[in-house]
Amino acid sequence: MIKLVGQRAIASLLSLSVLMVMVFFLSRLTGDPAALFLPIDATEQMKEQFRALHGLDRPILEQFGLYIRDVLHLDFGESLRRARPAIDIVLEAYAWTLPLALITMALVIVAAIFLGSIAAFNVGGVIDRGISVVSLIGASAPDFWIAIVAIVVFAINLAWLPTSGVGTPWHWIMPVGILFIRPFGLIVQVVRGSMLSALSAPYVKTARAKGVKNGPLIFVHTLRNAMLPVITVIGDQAAALLNGAVIVETIFGFPGVGKLMIDSILQRDFNVVMAAILVTAIAIFIMNILIDIAYSILDPRIRQ
Amino acid sequence: MPEALLTVKNLSVDFHTARGTVHAVRNVSWSVNRGETLAILGESGSGKSVSASAVMNLLDTPPAEIVSGEIFHEGKELLKISYEEHRALNGKKIAMIFQDPLGHLNPVYTVGWQIVEMMTAHGRPIEMARARALELVTRVGIPEPEKALKKYPHQFSGGQRQRLMIAMALMLKPDILIADEPTTALDVTVQAEVLALLKELQQETGMALVLITHDLGVVAEIADRVVVMSEGEIVEEGTAREVYHKPRHAYTRKLIGAAPGKGDIRQPGPEASVLLEVSGLEKTYGNFTALKDAAFTLARGQSLAVVGESGSGKSTLARTILRLEQADKGTALWKGRDLITMPQRDLLAIRQQIQMVFQDPTQSLNPRMSVYQLISEGWEIHGLMPDRKARRARVEELLEQVELLPSHCDRYPHQFSGGQRQRIAIARALALEPELIICDEAVSALDVSVQAQVMALLDDLRAKLGISYLFIAHDLGVVRDFADTVLVMKEGEIVEQGSTEAIFSAPQHPYTQRLLAANLDPDPDIQAQRARSGRAAP
Repeated sequence: MIKLVGQRAIASLLSLSVLMVMVFFLSRLTGDPAALFLPIDATEQMKEQFRALHGLDRPILEQFGLYIRDVLHLDFGESLRRARPAIDIVLEAYAWTLPLALITMALVIVAAIFLGSIAAFNVGGVIDRGISVVSLIGASAPDFWIAIVAIVVFAINLAWLPTSGVGTPWHWIMPVGILFIRPFGLIVQVVRGSMLSALSAPYVKTARAKGVKNGPLIFVHTLRNAMLPVITVIGDQAAALLNGAVIVETIFGFPGVGKLMIDSILQRDFNVVMAAILVTAIAIFIMNILIDIAYSILDPRIRQ
Repeated sequence: MPEALLTVKNLSVDFHTARGTVHAVRNVSWSVNRGETLAILGESGSGKSVSASAVMNLLDTPPAEIVSGEIFHEGKELLKISYEEHRALNGKKIAMIFQDPLGHLNPVYTVGWQIVEMMTAHGRPIEMARARALELVTRVGIPEPEKALKKYPHQFSGGQRQRLMIAMALMLKPDILIADEPTTALDVTVQAEVLALLKELQQETGMALVLITHDLGVVAEIADRVVVMSEGEIVEEGTAREVYHKPRHAYTRKLIGAAPGKGDIRQPGPEASVLLEVSGLEKTYGNFTALKDAAFTLARGQSLAVVGESGSGKSTLARTILRLEQADKGTALWKGRDLITMPQRDLLAIRQQIQMVFQDPTQSLNPRMSVYQLISEGWEIHGLMPDRKARRARVEELLEQVELLPSHCDRYPHQFSGGQRQRIAIARALALEPELIICDEAVSALDVSVQAQVMALLDDLRAKLGISYLFIAHDLGVVRDFADTVLVMKEGEIVEQGSTEAIFSAPQHPYTQRLLAANLDPDPDIQAQRARSGRAAP
């Protein structure tokens, strides 16, 4: 187990370095920050001063060298715009995104496994068809559109919920609800299919021949086997949420990392973008390791 | 007559499928007494497992529907009791083991947990269950039983897994054990051990054993009585000896006639030129030696059988000769040219001369290609027969040669039975007019009667076209009837080779002797005699 985690960590570190190199150079292709930050009538002298202040006048390879040196000292530089350490800004945003992602995923997992299993047990029945239709709609509905409709209905017409921002638990309901829909739809379908094939597996027949009761037959013998493909999809969907739900966060003015990232890219706030990508990547790598661990806990064949 | 322990009376079961209703079993009646072994013998699709599934309440309804019939056990009508009552009976009074123990054991729980569950599911305390599990796992001959209980199914061999299944089934001392093809997936020597174990355990416990099988040898070895099933009906029943020696029904006679190993042993023909000469062939995968110093010669028109148990290196031998795997060392001279070092571009021409027929025609035939496309594909690859009309005519001719109809050209593999599919695979091999056909367990997956037909076809082609065969098989009966010479392989080594006559009448190597001793004869008398004279210790 420790070996597995170690291997994954080393592999992750490698991908992380490649990612940093790519982001560093690609972001510098987007143009000169000085042109964006300074007033439109700024003199060339002011621009040069700005570049010198932030080290942007040096050759790009030198900039890269300095950046790497700083990162190794856990210094991600200052935000060009807000004059604060970039990493602080990112971590603040993460303090919003992380609970949003976790709450959403927790609800998705519980609901999807429960409803997907019920659909599989009643395959072909009315309940199964109802769940399948709902999940299909969920998996294919465009979230930005639902988000806007939800604001119109619940915030403006009914005035039950605030339109945007954070502050009270009420503010969380719409973002969580909208983010819930797509992963829920997808995972219900995966759970249903996976449960169906697990229920027809020979070991279920053995369990029935042993006289195992229906409860343990379903939740002990079948569910654990059926979870393996489900976990892969859960990981995939959770990664999308950890990335920051750019559209949903923007629509609801939710100060998460997705909104921060898109704002920083538009402002060419390189240090914030870099720090945000690094933190997100680390979060996703940690989650992937957790998924590997979950896999090997669930399936002893993977442990060897 | 006293009431039997378990009685199935006039049972009829239908399966409602998308393609209509199938009468899986019709009017089936059988019974079994304490201490008795009843075999239900039949080929695939005969409905031999259906009545046992009905006894265990394992039929999924739908698609299955029990149309009529009764099943009695200790005064209870099992088709009338509630789901919960039936559940309480399963495992406790009637236990079941299956053909494929790897699939039938839950892969994510330890075997100990699964064996213990047999008792805890019926409300026994866990300590008692643990003690009994340890006792039984020791009894069925699993080494280091304490450790074994903490392991997972995939960490055992096939034979050990079946022993563990047996231990699990016996946890609650059931009155009846139903064994559905319990040894079909096992090697012959392991099969002999498992059957011996079942016999011993039956004598110890006095339970009734219902054995579902397609193998006359297994029936001869273990059954007291046998019912023969064909197309959902019982066509014959009686003691194992009666049925074997005095079969009354035509189907039984056909089945017994098709059992391999009873024909004449082929006498070596006149000296022919050498086609393939293999020497010093070796292949290792990491630390595992799959093939060690293999050497043999194959003459034109000869059939060379390679026998051995799973993992003995039979298939590796064929694959290295064909260069589907690169051998580490050695030579394989095909008409004087070494296949192992031959440049890739020359291999194409050779591959036309050596064709292969695989075990499972369902998987070796592309399901999306028509029979015509499957058979003619080789010409495409080798740039032969450019004329489309001639191709069509030749495909039709080949289909006739393998006893299929020319009109089958435009059908797809799924529209054929297993035996017919294997004929298509043979026709595909024949299309390139090969000089050697390598058959890798080509008839192992087929029912005996179908197997006999395919073997007759191969024999016929040998006589007519002078084709040589490298015939890989684990069924010694088939080999005895078909081969001129036999290679015996064990753990990657050829331990013995010689004429079929010599190998079968006077085996030299202890492993060959063991293999022959474990090979079950369909004649119950011969089996009984062998048992009396003491079989070579496994």
